[in-house]
Amino acid sequence: MFSALIFYMFAALAVASGVMVISARNPVHSVLFLILCFFNAAGLFLLLGAEFLAMVLVVVYVGAVAVLFLFVVMMLDINVVELREGFLQYLPTGAVVGIVLLVELMVMFGGWAFAPDVEALIQAPAPAAEQITNTEALGRLLYTTYAYLFQASGLLLLVAMVGTILLTLRRREGVRKQVIARQLERTAAGSVEIRKVPTGGGI
Amino acid sequence: MILDLVPLMPELLVAAAALALLMLGVFRKADTSREATVLAGLAMGGALAVLVGVEGARQTAFGGMFILDGFAGFSKALILVASAMTVSMSLDYLKRENIARFEYPVLVLFATLGMMMMVSANDFLSLYLGLEMQSLSLYVLAAYHRDSARATEAGLKYFVLGALASGMLLYGASLIYGFAGTTSFDSLAKVLGGSGHPNLGVVAGLVFVMAGLAFKVSAVPFHMWTPDVYEGAPTPVTAFFAVAPKIAALSLLTRVLIGPFGELAHQWQQVVVFISLASMAVGSFAAIGQTNIKRLMAYSSIGHVGFALVGLAAGSDLGVQGVLIYVAIYLFMNVGAFGVILAMRQKGRAVEGIADLAGLAKTNPSMAFVMAVLMFSMAGIPPLAGFWGKFYVFMAAVKADLWTLAIVGMLTSVVSAFYYLRIVKVMYFDDAVEALDHPTNPPIRLVMAVSALVVLLFTFLPGPLLIGAKAAAQSLFAAG
Repeated sequence: MFSALIFYMFAALAVASGVMVISARNPVHSVLFLILCFFNAAGLFLLLGAEFLAMVLVVVYVGAVAVLFLFVVMMLDINVVELREGFLQYLPTGAVVGIVLLVELMVMFGGWAFAPDVEALIQAPAPAAEQITNTEALGRLLYTTYAYLFQASGLLLLVAMVGTILLTLRRREGVRKQVIARQLERTAAGSVEIRKVPTGGGI
Repeated sequence: MILDLVPLMPELLVAAAALALLMLGVFRKADTSREATVLAGLAMGGALAVLVGVEGARQTAFGGMFILDGFAGFSKALILVASAMTVSMSLDYLKRENIARFEYPVLVLFATLGMMMMVSANDFLSLYLGLEMQSLSLYVLAAYHRDSARATEAGLKYFVLGALASGMLLYGASLIYGFAGTTSFDSLAKVLGGSGHPNLGVVAGLVFVMAGLAFKVSAVPFHMWTPDVYEGAPTPVTAFFAVAPKIAALSLLTRVLIGPFGELAHQWQQVVVFISLASMAVGSFAAIGQTNIKRLMAYSSIGHVGFALVGLAAGSDLGVQGVLIYVAIYLFMNVGAFGVILAMRQKGRAVEGIADLAGLAKTNPSMAFVMAVLMFSMAGIPPLAGFWGKFYVFMAAVKADLWTLAIVGMLTSVVSAFYYLRIVKVMYFDDAVEALDHPTNPPIRLVMAVSALVVLLFTFLPGPLLIGAKAAAQSLFAAG
């Protein structure tokens, strides 16, 4: 009863903040509602007993991704009115497509059935949940059975990094950087010149 | 579990080469694009040699996530040959356009690695990671010429649509996992094989997966990005796009449909028949009005994908053999044609109009001859190789009683002959306004010569390819 109440609280808040993400007028508010949505989703994960996913969601999505969003939104000059232009024009078509898709998915999920031995197949990779924390279970799977996928993801992120640098890094001419060695090399002889200034003459 | 890395040796070599070249490029102050390109080509050749060494019976690694069988070996060999040929043609062009950087061969190596992982995928997770590795490298390569507005637009368009396609693929895979409780192709084949009437959710998932993969092979109705990306990307990148990724994605589509979903053949067959018909039609009719040769090649590649899918629609080992023969011949025709396109320069400036080829027969007879041979072959005129490619897929379709496909295929190939022959006409019968420069770059000339020879001589020596494709196709069916 109590956990059901908590579930409905998290679920309702997640949906409500999701709606606010796309309907808020101010993009900064959108990002803040997105963070609220992440927190509620993390709560739902906790209710399911997936504490590791809950923590990762907060650490990675709230701590890194959403903050990055916030920076981007604050730095870019986003004109909300311009973005909203044409919203009403596309609304009917979009709504029709969305409703058709929704009905189709409902029909599909209404007749949903599982394969006969689905339980056994789902549980096969990991040991039973009672014996082990799910952080440890995930770690064991990730570095043994899924080692190939883990390494491949690493390479994938490297490609993303190479791509980002290739497309955005520009070497600018005339940028003055501090080179400490060169500062220390300077001597009075090389940088100070002493002249006698005749009175009234200037240099 | 014993980690048996032997089947992964070619991939490991390519990955190690990519990382080493990246380090070389970062730590050496001088421009290393030439060394990196040569070494990347050598690494691909080395991976091919290793592949020949380790290939053999069906082997799996990492708990069945990675598979090396005859089918994967054949596709990987084609991918490596295609990548090595296109990367060797790129250097001179990029240097002249002043955009040569060491990251180019590194990204091509990463894309090749992704493609090899794709064709060896035996699980939806490894499929997705291979596909993303390939796609991500390709997005960057499309926008490689970052100071050109067209290239940037091409990269962005490709990225946005590609991300959408990946999303569809993942949604489909999650529906299938929701039904079966497994993502492994071997277990899926068992679960779906015994279920009798297929579940609606599985069919929907299958359709989503096919939509995602159809985008990657640029089959109609998921082809809209192709002409813009091909036109906007730098020409060496377009040459790479047109060959290796298509081979990889077609092989992947074939493995997914024949392997885990082999029992649902009557479900996916209608979808494949439709996209095949639509691709052949769009590929032949939309290409007629093109004046830019890269756009023309884009529509031509859409048409070729349609023809290759005819073999897949048959769903038999004969059909898969036809697909493999088709893509192998397509590889040489396309690489050669792009060699000619890369060599199209007027006074040191790259040109891409079909009209710029006018009078090539007088100014450069050998290049005109190569292009003419390739165009005749693409049109499917016997006795050139392109005819045999079409012959084997149509044979498979006829044997599977898919008469509509075979007849529409023949009609559209007649239509497409119009624009291929128009290029020949422009080269041989129109007068040159301004002559094209003579290509002096040895790799491009070598690639042109090799592809023309393969296309010309295939009729006399078809044995190795036919036997290889047959063994590869049978290895796919023997496992199931």
